[in-house]
Amino acid sequence: MIRRNVTLLVALGVAGLLALDHAHSQPLNPYTAPPMLALGSGLAATGGHCAAPPPPVQ
Amino acid sequence: MSSTTAAPAPQDTAPGGLSRGLMILFVLALVLAVALFAGPRFGVVLLIGLGFGLALEGFRFGFTGPWRRMILERDASGLIAQLICIAIVALAAFPLLAANGAELKGAHAPVGLAMIGGAFVFGAAMQVVLGCGSGTLVNAGSGNAVGAVALPFFAIGSFGGAYHLSWWTSLGSLPVVALEGTQGLMITLSGLAAVAGLALLIGVKGSHRLPRRYWGAILVLAGLAILHLMVAGQPWGVVYGLGLWVAKGVVAMGGDLSGSTFWAAPGNAAQVQASLLTDITSLTDLGLIGGAALVAWWRSGLASPVGKLPARAWAAVIIAGLVLGYSSRLAFGCNIGAFFSGIGTGSAHGWVWFIAAFAGSWVGIRLRPMLGLEATR
Repeated sequence: MIRRNVTLLVALGVAGLLALDHAHSQPLNPYTAPPMLALGSGLAATGGHCAAPPPPVQ
Repeated sequence: MSSTTAAPAPQDTAPGGLSRGLMILFVLALVLAVALFAGPRFGVVLLIGLGFGLALEGFRFGFTGPWRRMILERDASGLIAQLICIAIVALAAFPLLAANGAELKGAHAPVGLAMIGGAFVFGAAMQVVLGCGSGTLVNAGSGNAVGAVALPFFAIGSFGGAYHLSWWTSLGSLPVVALEGTQGLMITLSGLAAVAGLALLIGVKGSHRLPRRYWGAILVLAGLAILHLMVAGQPWGVVYGLGLWVAKGVVAMGGDLSGSTFWAAPGNAAQVQASLLTDITSLTDLGLIGGAALVAWWRSGLASPVGKLPARAWAAVIIAGLVLGYSSRLAFGCNIGAFFSGIGTGSAHGWVWFIAAFAGSWVGIRLRPMLGLEATR
């Protein structure tokens, strides 16, 4: 087996993931998307991040 | 069976000029499509992610290898390059965060028992597969079979770690400590200089001479990380996106995430419903895979053979992948989210993560030959 096969399998996996995501997610709407730059936008950053503290246990 | 036995190598065939030109157009078209259909920010974030992948694979730079060389050979050059890169990011990030705290956020997380344990275990597991958060993505993209096998299990582990994160954090955690402003920057730079000095002291003679490719990696990665903060409003991270991929799969199969404090939280639940093309860390993760694949293809056409490993080594890779994902969530990040972005934006947890993960790396290096991943050390 050569590395090309591995990369192709990974690419296939990514394509499958995106297809599944497309089928089960809310449709994209670029008109409600945030501005290109967060800096200067006046909007708070809301994206998920691994360092974000978790919600407290209920 | 030897861990390094491989079939005879076919002749590497680098692609021609036309193929390369078409590939660049194809990649740019993908970025443009994301910008058009998801929004301009998401197109730019994907482009930044591609840049990270191109830089890490193109300059043959990473996080796991330099730590391994520091521990085994006392070659401090790679570790020093990482510290310089973080220092450059900090020089820009601290004033940006101080002046734009409402729009930008740092990678600030609490220090706690599970966080320290998670970082230690992550450090060990990353040495087993020779790939950290970014490294596993880059390895998978560039045709490394170990990285490709570890990646889906990394994602599953990340989902599980996030699922249980609130419980783990409740075991004992300090308030978030974040260095801020000029004083915070000075403390951070002094800390980085002190670690670099210690590394030079312990390291072999000549460790201070960084190869040219390291300087290229330092400048490109730091520039992209600063741009990422300005565009996305948050620092570069990896593992949130991987867990999200699995969360979306679970929901698609009819699973219910309401039992998880983490995944049921409004922001995360909304992201599970939204497209991956609107998630910052997913886009940079996909970019890392794509950028690394592009460099590997560009250089050699990916024609080199995949090394063979014994069955127990593959079992170890799968388990290490799960552990990488799970522990990185408990540790509030991997080498990128905690070490690189945490320290670069002033989080105390980044420093604690570094110490714990480095200690774990020492263990992981010794585990690797026992698991059949290299000749016994």
